[in-house]
Amino acid sequence: MTLAAETPAPARAAPPLGAVAVVAALALAPLAFDAAGAGFWIVVLSRGLVYAVAAMALQLVLGRGGLVCFGFAAFLVIGAYAVGIPYHHRVEEGLVVLPLAMAAAALFALATGAIALRTRGVYFIMITLAFGQMVYYALTALSTYGGDDGMTLWGRSQVAGFDLFRDRRAFYWLCLGAAAGTWALVRAVSRSHFGRVLEGARQNEARMAALGFDVFRVRLIAYALSGALGGLAGALLANHAEFVSPAYGSWHVSGELIVMVVLGGFASVTGAGFGAILLAVLEEVLSRLTSHWKILLGLGVVGVALLARDGLAGALARWRGR
Amino acid sequence: MSVLAIEGLTKRFGALVVTDGVSLTVEPGEVHALIGPNGAGKTTLIKQIAGAVAPDAGRVRLDGEDVTALPEHARAARGLARTFQITAVFPQFTARENVALAAQAKAPRRLWPFSVAARDAGLNAAADAALETVGLAGRAGELAGRLAHGEQRGLEVAMALVQRPRLLLLDEPMAGAGRDETDRLIATLARLKGRVPMLLIEHDMGAVFALADRVSVLVAGRIVATGAPEAIRADPAVRAAYLGTEAA
Repeated sequence: MTLAAETPAPARAAPPLGAVAVVAALALAPLAFDAAGAGFWIVVLSRGLVYAVAAMALQLVLGRGGLVCFGFAAFLVIGAYAVGIPYHHRVEEGLVVLPLAMAAAALFALATGAIALRTRGVYFIMITLAFGQMVYYALTALSTYGGDDGMTLWGRSQVAGFDLFRDRRAFYWLCLGAAAGTWALVRAVSRSHFGRVLEGARQNEARMAALGFDVFRVRLIAYALSGALGGLAGALLANHAEFVSPAYGSWHVSGELIVMVVLGGFASVTGAGFGAILLAVLEEVLSRLTSHWKILLGLGVVGVALLARDGLAGALARWRGR
Repeated sequence: MSVLAIEGLTKRFGALVVTDGVSLTVEPGEVHALIGPNGAGKTTLIKQIAGAVAPDAGRVRLDGEDVTALPEHARAARGLARTFQITAVFPQFTARENVALAAQAKAPRRLWPFSVAARDAGLNAAADAALETVGLAGRAGELAGRLAHGEQRGLEVAMALVQRPRLLLLDEPMAGAGRDETDRLIATLARLKGRVPMLLIEHDMGAVFALADRVSVLVAGRIVATGAPEAIRADPAVRAAYLGTEAA
């Protein structure tokens, strides 16, 4: 019985030591890129890190919760407009707009999740897609804020009135901090008592109810948390591009985020993060090779789906086990 | 006061009356067995008691409290534990995690987000003790999906035990288990008898007559007889409806 406390969980994520090393390496990367005169890659990686925040947030719901949300881009675009609309009214303070983005997206997740989470399977996919498209079309109709065309921001959010993130390296580190924080939070929540309930409901929902767990409430909380992090990613995306557009909320983006989670290995938050970064890098590399790069990417995704269901995380685990 | 009292429970699926005005009680410390041929509506009755299916008419009382309108999870939180006819464990959790998760439902940290659930020593100790009781201590670290069918039946019982139930609903706990496993499950339940009231649905007549204080016979949605096991065994109407074919 004393063995119990020491026995690790079966699906053990990477040990924190490895994580610290990875974050340290990523933190030093911009210095190396600048030294090599390839500063452009800092921008590419920033974008990858922003999508990593979104993909890891989605992984909580999709991988841990088993809920195929096909409207995740709505959280992103709400987060982006929570930066863009205040900017239009001369509110550029990041300490205001970042929490605003997270709160707005979380509220949207709570309201739509309260309806969508009453459905299952294909119906859940369709209803989340429908909510996502509603946001998309609502924003294209907002002519005050650019409508279809979106809005250019002419700058980034400030911090306590200072333009800290105008520098691309500083902004990269902000994105890295957000990604590392999201990773730590989603991983901690996944391994917690709460996460075990979420995972149990994925494996056997009826059994969870019979045990006395309110599955709906647990999923709604997870959905709202995921939405808040999606809003953060959207706010960062607006800052990254210095532009907001309804296109961030298009269903293509929701699909791409699912691809990132699947590439990463579905059950692993670490995998989802690297899946997003890998996709951003691949997009850059492949689009230089050929204008038909999306075909190559599609083939890659098919390959992962067929040959390596556990994605990057699984490949990494096998390589380590060797 | 009865631990469980159902009154006039009725459920129709279209024109088919699956539960037809069923009333029964489970008294403190009692094992009440419910037998009946396939299709008699036993599992549908259990589902209405558990809250997974809403009845069209009638009441369900738990320790006197009317729980008819409460959802399944709220009834479970009031001490109603259940095993499933078709094995319902968490296949990608280990046996220990399955039982620990069941124990977690009653723990103060049931939904705590900042902890490592797998290292909750209290839950793990409770899980290991329950696994020991059902003879699965040596399989604690195995994924539940890889356990043999009979072992999964035992795991179901361990999960029910660890919830410290006020009433145990057992829907054919021996179904599909081998002879040895059935004997061990009967012994486990016999040890609990007197402490935990049970409503037992079972086809294995050996188990029913070894455990039950009272037996009710359900045929086509209606209770046709209730009584002590010996009286039920001797009842000619029951023999005609059911036992004659199976308890030879």
